[in-house]
Amino acid sequence: MELVCLGLSHRSAPVELRERFAIAESRQGGLSVELATVEGLQESVVVSTCNRVEFYAVAHHSERGFEALHSALTERGMEPSGDAFFRRSSDDAVRHLFRVVCGLESMVLGETEILGQVKDAYGAAQEARATSRYLNKLFQRAFNVAKEVRTQTNITRGSVSVGSVAVKLAEAIFGKLSACNVMILGAGEMSELTAGALRARGVRSIFVANRSHERAVTLAERMGGKAVRFDNWHGEFEDVDILIGSTSAPHFVLTQSQLQPLMARRRHRPLFCIDLAVPRDIDPEVNQLDGVYLYDIDSLQAIAEQSMEVRRGELVVCEALIDRHVREFRTWLDAAVARSKQTEPVIERHSSDAAVRGV
Amino acid sequence: MPYQTMDRSSLVASTLCFLVCFALSVQALRARAQGASSTTLWVTLGGFLLQTIWLSQRGQMLGRCPLSSLFDVLIFLSWSVALLYLITGTTYRMSLLGVFTSPLVFLLQCLALALPLPDVVKNTQPANPWLELHAAVSVVAYGAFALAGIAGATLLVQERQLKTRKLHSFFYRFPPIHDLAAANRRLVYIGFGLLTAGLVAGLSQGVAHIGFLRVVSFGIWGLYFFLCLALGRQRISPRQTAWLACGAFLVLLTTVWAVQLVEK
Repeated sequence: MELVCLGLSHRSAPVELRERFAIAESRQGGLSVELATVEGLQESVVVSTCNRVEFYAVAHHSERGFEALHSALTERGMEPSGDAFFRRSSDDAVRHLFRVVCGLESMVLGETEILGQVKDAYGAAQEARATSRYLNKLFQRAFNVAKEVRTQTNITRGSVSVGSVAVKLAEAIFGKLSACNVMILGAGEMSELTAGALRARGVRSIFVANRSHERAVTLAERMGGKAVRFDNWHGEFEDVDILIGSTSAPHFVLTQSQLQPLMARRRHRPLFCIDLAVPRDIDPEVNQLDGVYLYDIDSLQAIAEQSMEVRRGELVVCEALIDRHVREFRTWLDAAVARSKQTEPVIERHSSDAAVRGV
Repeated sequence: MPYQTMDRSSLVASTLCFLVCFALSVQALRARAQGASSTTLWVTLGGFLLQTIWLSQRGQMLGRCPLSSLFDVLIFLSWSVALLYLITGTTYRMSLLGVFTSPLVFLLQCLALALPLPDVVKNTQPANPWLELHAAVSVVAYGAFALAGIAGATLLVQERQLKTRKLHSFFYRFPPIHDLAAANRRLVYIGFGLLTAGLVAGLSQGVAHIGFLRVVSFGIWGLYFFLCLALGRQRISPRQTAWLACGAFLVLLTTVWAVQLVEK
């Protein structure tokens, strides 16, 4: 009895190829059961996310299992040929699944979304009765491994994107963001992403000021905020807690001398300035002002990179943990297969006796 | 006057409780937990109850509020810090800010335990409730100022990390700057209110006649009065408040020591 895994991922295939093989969530359970009934295969789970499409199955022999998978997929117009596809069998397949659910195979190392996606895929396959003893055990063990890796290592630690770093810093300054007002200067893509991340954490309101007022209105509508005339952004500044600078101005839009009198009117409320523009929008000198915390794109990226470095440093610990679980799973699998071999002849004998008696 | 000796075992047990709290808080910090665990809170509560038992026994033996020696003052101060820590609110208590409270209480109690416990000299005169109130409330006020100093120091550490953009691993585990500033302000106000109440109680009984103590008491009251005034008029920023809260508490500690020295 062998476990096989056939698939492609962001590491081996570009998005154009991945999207050709992507399987809608609603189809995953159905396809799993179709594959599980193919001759040469016994159980199956189909995992399809934006970064990977993987077919897990149980087969008597790995090579025959891969062949069966290949033909079944080809029949369905998804011929898995070419270098983009990888094949894993036996312990390698188990290790691969464990690495996937732990986020070690993800585009962003240690991300946790994949665990939920694999759980959903397994849930769909289980519901469609495409799984049984071996894959049930394998996936449940995989979820336990993911939990252990998350709690015992730093693989999910810290924020690894500019938006999430900005949100974390804002929370470190203000606590809950539900009382915070955000102002965006310049309707750029980065500022929209960052403001979106802040909005997801429940900020009270978002003001958008842009040289082209139409763009400000468009972005404000998209963000559920309020557009402000660029020449008049100072007017709304008193209530602002988080300022995102993202204009294409060749000079500083906000200087220390401009900010100092504005800060005096804020009753010592802190101000978090996020400067995403290059050239920068906010004079670095404003960081000297009491209660002003300025982070430019480099400092945000440095924090994100620092977190990523910590995660990379945890890889060795994660691998060791995964290796232990792969060994334990192998021990269980060997014992389970041996037990089923012992019981098979008995069942066969009983069946033949029953047939003789005409039962 | 009858002399009695007193058992210190409940005090030692309480000190050990705060040591355990400190260890648990450090462990939580290392494990990047979001707040103090319920175990930490229960152990803190246990330590506080043991302190209370000891102080109550001490008070009964002395026949007055147990503030007759440096030993007593340190234990009473520790009790006040623990009390305020438990009642200040979830923002303060549930955060890992408690990691600084338990070592402070542990240190104060160790200092006290290192001193010889003065024999009990039973007060045969009926205790003056106003004087008792004056002494007890003043020490609880000192406890509030101690916690304000801790909140201030934490704010300064967090602020420095934010300003220099060098974020240590524990940065995200401490309360937000905004909450620390609020806790700092609130504790200064609570401490000042209690100190004023204590001073009024003392003045009504003529405590102010004691020369050096009078100067110290009014000096400290004046210091915190100006701090509260500046806070009320929003003349100082949270960072300046934090510095002043730390500085004022250091002045306060020095004066406690100086008063003991002068009394000797």
